[in-house]
Amino acid sequence: MSAITAINGLLPVVFWTDALIYLLLACIVALGFYVRRKEHLLIGWRRVGESRIGMAALTVLLTFVAVGLLDSLHYRQQLEGGRDQQSQYAVEVLSLLDTIAMPLKKRTEKTYSAPFALDAYAKETVELPDGAQARVLPRLKYGGAHLKSPDDLTRDVATKALLALLPAALLWLGISVLVARRCGTSVRGGWKDGWQRVWRGETRFAWNAVLITLGVLLALLIPLAALSDSYHVFGTDKVGQDVFYLTLKSIRTGLVIGTVTTLVMLPFALMLGIAAGYLGGWVDDVIQYVYTTLNSIPGVLLIAAAVLTMQVVIDMHPSWFATGAERADARLLALCLILGVTNWTGLCRLLRAETLKLRELEYVQAAQAFGVSRLRIMSRHILPNVMHIVLISVVMDFSGLVLAEAVLSYVGIGVDPSTISFGTMINNARMELAREPVVWWSLVAAFLFMFALVLAANVFADAVRDGFDPRMRLRPRRRPQERMA
Amino acid sequence: MIAYILRRLLHAIPILIGVNLITFALFFIVNSPDDMARMQLGVKRVTPDAIQKWKAERGYDQPLFYNAEAGGVDKITHTIFFEKSLKMFVFDFGRADDGRDIAVEIKSRMGPSLAIALPVFILGLFVSISFALLLVFFRATYLDFAGVVLCVAMMSISSLFYIIGGQFLIAKLWHMVPISGYTSGLDAPRFLILPVIVGVIAGIGGSTRWYRTIFLEEINRDYVRTARAKGLSEVVVLFRHVLKNAMLPILTGVVVVIPLLFMGSLVTESFFGIPGLGSYTIDAIGAQDFAVVRVMVFIGSLLYIVGLLLTDISYTVVDPRVRLQ
Repeated sequence: MSAITAINGLLPVVFWTDALIYLLLACIVALGFYVRRKEHLLIGWRRVGESRIGMAALTVLLTFVAVGLLDSLHYRQQLEGGRDQQSQYAVEVLSLLDTIAMPLKKRTEKTYSAPFALDAYAKETVELPDGAQARVLPRLKYGGAHLKSPDDLTRDVATKALLALLPAALLWLGISVLVARRCGTSVRGGWKDGWQRVWRGETRFAWNAVLITLGVLLALLIPLAALSDSYHVFGTDKVGQDVFYLTLKSIRTGLVIGTVTTLVMLPFALMLGIAAGYLGGWVDDVIQYVYTTLNSIPGVLLIAAAVLTMQVVIDMHPSWFATGAERADARLLALCLILGVTNWTGLCRLLRAETLKLRELEYVQAAQAFGVSRLRIMSRHILPNVMHIVLISVVMDFSGLVLAEAVLSYVGIGVDPSTISFGTMINNARMELAREPVVWWSLVAAFLFMFALVLAANVFADAVRDGFDPRMRLRPRRRPQERMA
Repeated sequence: MIAYILRRLLHAIPILIGVNLITFALFFIVNSPDDMARMQLGVKRVTPDAIQKWKAERGYDQPLFYNAEAGGVDKITHTIFFEKSLKMFVFDFGRADDGRDIAVEIKSRMGPSLAIALPVFILGLFVSISFALLLVFFRATYLDFAGVVLCVAMMSISSLFYIIGGQFLIAKLWHMVPISGYTSGLDAPRFLILPVIVGVIAGIGGSTRWYRTIFLEEINRDYVRTARAKGLSEVVVLFRHVLKNAMLPILTGVVVVIPLLFMGSLVTESFFGIPGLGSYTIDAIGAQDFAVVRVMVFIGSLLYIVGLLLTDISYTVVDPRVRLQ
């Protein structure tokens, strides 16, 4: 949350959740380098990489992650005029994504408008040139404003979309050739051979699935982006904000909830789970008591209780936060922490059970006989051997957490109402179905993006589980109802 | 058996005390009654007198743990901890912020909650197990694959969308049932049918997949091979052998939630305007009525513990090998 020195009239702002996201990213990169050198760890990842459907899902997920990361670089712009030593900065915190999508953010209409609409949703009284008044649907300020007559709409949309397909195709071809060059074997020659190998499915890594998914994504997203420049592709909401912009902003919130929650609970679950399993005795009793107690409170209620009190704390100390965005971010982080508290018990119990099993194995007993300290046995001998459980449960929890966010925001104990998230979008949109004509677009947009994100996460999680623990393939997943009772 | 149940009940006491302490800490120590009063009264009317009055009305004007001013036993009993937390153990829940007795409210709201939750639970169980058995019967075919894909897709949809979609299609477009509302008596099914259908459909994806994995685990066992070798048909094998043996893992997940059915479903009830415990909790959260939320946390954990006990007892019913001691 600290303000670093300003660069070029921009004051970088690092939110707590940003910091945690980049910490997580650093961890993943470090893990990547570590795994590259360890053959026994690579085996699992290779199996994941061979899964076609898993890699297709990963491609979709990475697209979401890219949007989320762009949205996690925040700054405040310098206000005009304040060039002396005490420069002033705008209160509004922007992200890199905001800068890219600035046209979307700025072009707000008065109220609802349908996707690709040219006219507003509600009639307005306007004064005609001859002085009389009439109730008409006024033209939108921005949506399709460049069109001379409404009849050009279909043609214009079609041309713009088709024209945008051209760069999409070129980009896709470029990436495909790069991949093909990498896959070509040196014996048989360059990228042509690689191209054949990729499309015949001869590569070990499922490149064909990645390329097909990428092709579909580019063919959908680039025309969408091109069209959103002159139309509201998903319409506008009640206060006239572009719904496409809102969905893009929701992605970060979903990702933060899904990942930061696991990141903050992981140390506790790891330490306590392994300690309970390995040390046994009163340590085990105490830890078991703590997680049974936490577990016995229905999740939603514990979250409700904690969020309510957190809200009071945040509201009582307005001086802690420089901007409204920081306050909203603090609330998001608090939500992650609370979700972490309710979620670590499951992993902790799994780790305890696995440690109990490992404790009796010969290699651990050998270490004990050599007089290795207990701390060292836990960290060097047990920890690496339970990591697959951690990995599997981390990817499996992700989708559940993204879904939980929507429900919690509906209940009123989710993210700050000013934070754009799938939950707040659905919450604002659900009464709109009762209008005439029906305002369906915000719900459909939220549904499509959320469904894609959660589905990709679910499919990828299955691929990871199958890759890392063949025995787990038949072991049932935690029952869904249990989580959000 | 009775000795076991008694001992388990004794084990529940420290857990309930823990739950009690956690909620007490959250509601009275993390933010003091003064903070709560200020929050509830809003910014304008915050005078020390108003805060005192607010606290006195709700009995929050006492010390937290130890009342030095009182005499005798009152030193302990005239405290927030005793009045608000310990009394919950004898089901004395006190009053909500709107002055109504929480215990009375809970009693009257349990019925509507059960009216939704019970049919959803039973129908959901029946439908999911049937689908799972169907998928297992056609295992390793395209039908099975398509079924699993459908399940994963269905569990990737937020429950909010099922409710909104159901209300929109069935109630608004097709006018088959009212969008929301509730009456008791003969007219009730008209209001209940939509939430029940939505609840069942929302749960199918996840639970079908879960049961399918359990059945698949059983189907590779030796006893199944023996049954097939005897010449039994696949249907008989599935229903008589696999289903029975899969009961144990199924019960682990299912019995725990039975007592929690009393709590109702937060989201469903508030969407459909059903005056159950779920919507009671949501309203309390919305109105920041801490007394009600505290009571619901306590009841929720109590029911969960009962559920765990029921699970253990149900094991002995379905599996004679399990002896509780």
